[in-house]
Amino acid sequence: MSTTEILFWFLSALAILSALMMVTSRNPVHSVLWLILVFFAISGHYILMNAQFLAIVNMIVYAGAIMVLFLFVIMLMNMNADTEPQKNKWMKMAGAVASGSLMLVLVAALRDTELRSKGLEGAEGSIGLISQLGKVLFTDYVVAFELSSVLFLSAMVGAVLIGKKN
Amino acid sequence: MHLLSVDMTIFLEKLTMIAIVVFALLGIALYTTLAERKVAGVMQDRHGPNRAGPFGLLQPLADGLKLFFKEEIIPLSSNRVLFILGPFIAMFTALITSAVIPWGSSLELFGRKVDLTIADPNIGVLYVFAVVSIGVFGIMIGGWASNNKFSLLAAIRGASQIISYELAMGLSLIALLMITGTMSLGEIVKAQMNGAWGGFLGWNVFVQPLGFLIFLVCVFAECNRTPFDLPEAESELNMGYHQEYSSLKLGFFLFSEYINMIVSSAVMATLFFGGYDIPFVNETHLGETLGNNLVAILGVLMLLAKIVFFLFLFMWVRWTIPRFRYDQLMELGWKKLIPLALFNMLITGIVILLFDK
Repeated sequence: MSTTEILFWFLSALAILSALMMVTSRNPVHSVLWLILVFFAISGHYILMNAQFLAIVNMIVYAGAIMVLFLFVIMLMNMNADTEPQKNKWMKMAGAVASGSLMLVLVAALRDTELRSKGLEGAEGSIGLISQLGKVLFTDYVVAFELSSVLFLSAMVGAVLIGKKN
Repeated sequence: MHLLSVDMTIFLEKLTMIAIVVFALLGIALYTTLAERKVAGVMQDRHGPNRAGPFGLLQPLADGLKLFFKEEIIPLSSNRVLFILGPFIAMFTALITSAVIPWGSSLELFGRKVDLTIADPNIGVLYVFAVVSIGVFGIMIGGWASNNKFSLLAAIRGASQIISYELAMGLSLIALLMITGTMSLGEIVKAQMNGAWGGFLGWNVFVQPLGFLIFLVCVFAECNRTPFDLPEAESELNMGYHQEYSSLKLGFFLFSEYINMIVSSAVMATLFFGGYDIPFVNETHLGETLGNNLVAILGVLMLLAKIVFFLFLFMWVRWTIPRFRYDQLMELGWKKLIPLALFNMLITGIVILLFDK
């Protein structure tokens, strides 16, 4: 096995294990910490794909900012293992069936993506680097980029409005 | 020597670099605590610690031993695992920022060219930000797991402060990155070495004075240093987020603050003050007469001198300016620094567009 393969299997195992721990742990704070570990593993996968910018932004935005907000809410509402509501077993079984069927659909949909994505890669594996990403965003996908920034702006204005009311 | 298609010599070289950097950081941090107390002594017209060893030079060892031998108390109502994880994360994140800092150019050792950088990824600046945003968890988890309301309040204060100032910090750096056109810290240093007066006028602080000022203020806030030391405001929150901690875990929290200070000083020196660039000297000319190895070592010493200057600035400010109130802190961050940083970005963009085709 090459180093990349070992890293890939290690990161995948880490991601799946932490995701399972996140779902099963009783304490919400523990769940958040496991979720952070999942994000780290995913960032590792991005680096393996030579998408370093995406990896680091995933870490700053998701593992950093958003998870801190999650922690804020959980800590301030004083949620812990005792107050965590336990679903009954029918709900759990329904959840397992639903997520299992979702997995089947995803497997069926993603089965032949490797063949189709060949055309997208294009720029000899350096697509994930900042300069490449910037060029692509501001030329080929400029409309989508601008639209999503308008979306962000409106979300920001909305947040300020909600904050102002109190 | 190859294992798993990895060149083991590079592996060993990097491992040695990591060991040297980590131990150097710990050593410097040890003596920064002494320097802090000495500087405080000078500013307050008293001697400072002078009992342990000549000039009090053994004081850090005495302090360390004291922390080491104290009884380790884990509160019964605390969350045991997270209580231990908190100081660990704080220390870990403080240390790993040093990985991307270029400590010097390169040495010729045993016929090999050894770069004095642990890693120089093309996203170096963003890596620093990622580590800073992970560093919040140390304070938050430690404060929450203590199960003490003062600790929790301090942790929440600390986290919201760090998140707020991270924004202004990032925005102030965007203007700099627009000029340098790269995110690798090594490239940024090399770009600064080409100015007039042996690189001195090429330092980014002359190009981006406003950006540097915003960055400096934000660094003070990120390191929880006075005037932004609200997470450990002892007059309001007893001791802050590390109130329930004792022994070496408390030591880890206190020590990580000093390591953070050193690493942020190194980042500031690298980004704005030319890194290992020696002012008024052309390194390539000097390298021909003195040998490249000697010049590289002089460069490392120069970077250390710049770091020491910034450390002194940290202490100078701490013993001069009183603490902000919490609303003042938020107002400064959100209503003053962020618009200022945006303005700086706008001006920089216009100048680049008009004069730098």
